[in-house]
Amino acid sequence: MTQLKAKAPLGKVIVITSGKGGVGKTTSAAAIAAALAKRGHKTVVIDFDVGLRNLDMIMGCERRVVFDFINVIQGEARLKQALIHDKRVETLWILPTSQTRDKDALTEEGVEKVLNELKEQFDYIICDSPAGIERGAQLAMYFADEAVVVTNPEVSSVRDSDRVLGLLASKTKRAEEEGTEVEAHVLLTRHDQRRIDAGEMMTVEDVLEILAVPLLGVIPESTAILRASNVGMPVVLDEPSAASRSYEAAVSRLLGEEVDPRAEREKKPGLFSRLFGASA
Amino acid sequence: MSLFGFSLRPRLPKSAQTAKDRLQILLAHERRDGSDGPDYLPMLQSDILAVIRKYVQIKQEDVDIRMERNDDISSLEINIEIPSPEQEAPARLRSRAKG
Repeated sequence: MTQLKAKAPLGKVIVITSGKGGVGKTTSAAAIAAALAKRGHKTVVIDFDVGLRNLDMIMGCERRVVFDFINVIQGEARLKQALIHDKRVETLWILPTSQTRDKDALTEEGVEKVLNELKEQFDYIICDSPAGIERGAQLAMYFADEAVVVTNPEVSSVRDSDRVLGLLASKTKRAEEEGTEVEAHVLLTRHDQRRIDAGEMMTVEDVLEILAVPLLGVIPESTAILRASNVGMPVVLDEPSAASRSYEAAVSRLLGEEVDPRAEREKKPGLFSRLFGASA
Repeated sequence: MSLFGFSLRPRLPKSAQTAKDRLQILLAHERRDGSDGPDYLPMLQSDILAVIRKYVQIKQEDVDIRMERNDDISSLEINIEIPSPEQEAPARLRSRAKG
């Protein structure tokens, strides 16, 4: 721990984006942030969806919001007053957004200033983008070092992801000023092996062939996701499930670790696990 | 209901009920406060700051406001860090170390 604290923070900005709404951005942002924090990385997750905040509910801290991202941008509060310390993971913080203002309250200078201040304190800064490709979504991705494009194996989601990948390659600080690229990955959510087997759903390979970016992980359609959101718990902090294991594998890959691809695919439960309940 | 007022298997609340309860508490606050509800907090903070500054010099970040909303009661916790009068100490320490 003391060694960790002595090191300068990594200060890596990762945007969780998708274009299409309802594909699992906030669920994924919460799960990825919590999984990074669980491994000892000092992590903050920021809600960029001004006016429709929901990250606070998914993280279970909706009753503790006093000041928010917009208050900090407008100089009404200091960053440390707006940051909410997670009660479950010591290295996890949440920066909620405003429920009452609109996305015009976000300014490029304001966002940059807050992100620069966060980079001095945190290893990972996870930006939960709003749906769409308007101002809020553009600002969420503009300062990113890496991007996780959350995609469902469904035509409109894949099309929107392709559009977002185009924006990541052109409308970011890295692309415009530094001539480098935002490292983009696809996170495939709501994956259903039974429907794939029945030929009703595009396979992982189908989606990757179309989008042509590396795969970060495959998250199965799971009852654990709704349960976790009901109780305000990032899915990786809730009871072990296929979804939580998949998010852990995705985060391992995000950290550059080797992951056995078989660990991600849904396993048909064996006799033992059917008798004694799935675990591990 | 068991005969002894408790059951051996504690009845854990179903997560759907938890979801409904959380939403009811949150939305009750949001609807009552209206669209400009939470905005009084920055003003409250600057008023507190102004009052304290009549007596002690403190910075904006020395005022920490925390809130906890519950269904029957909400609490506002305000912590104010007052600087200790030891600003000159490092210089004095250095001169002593030299001697």
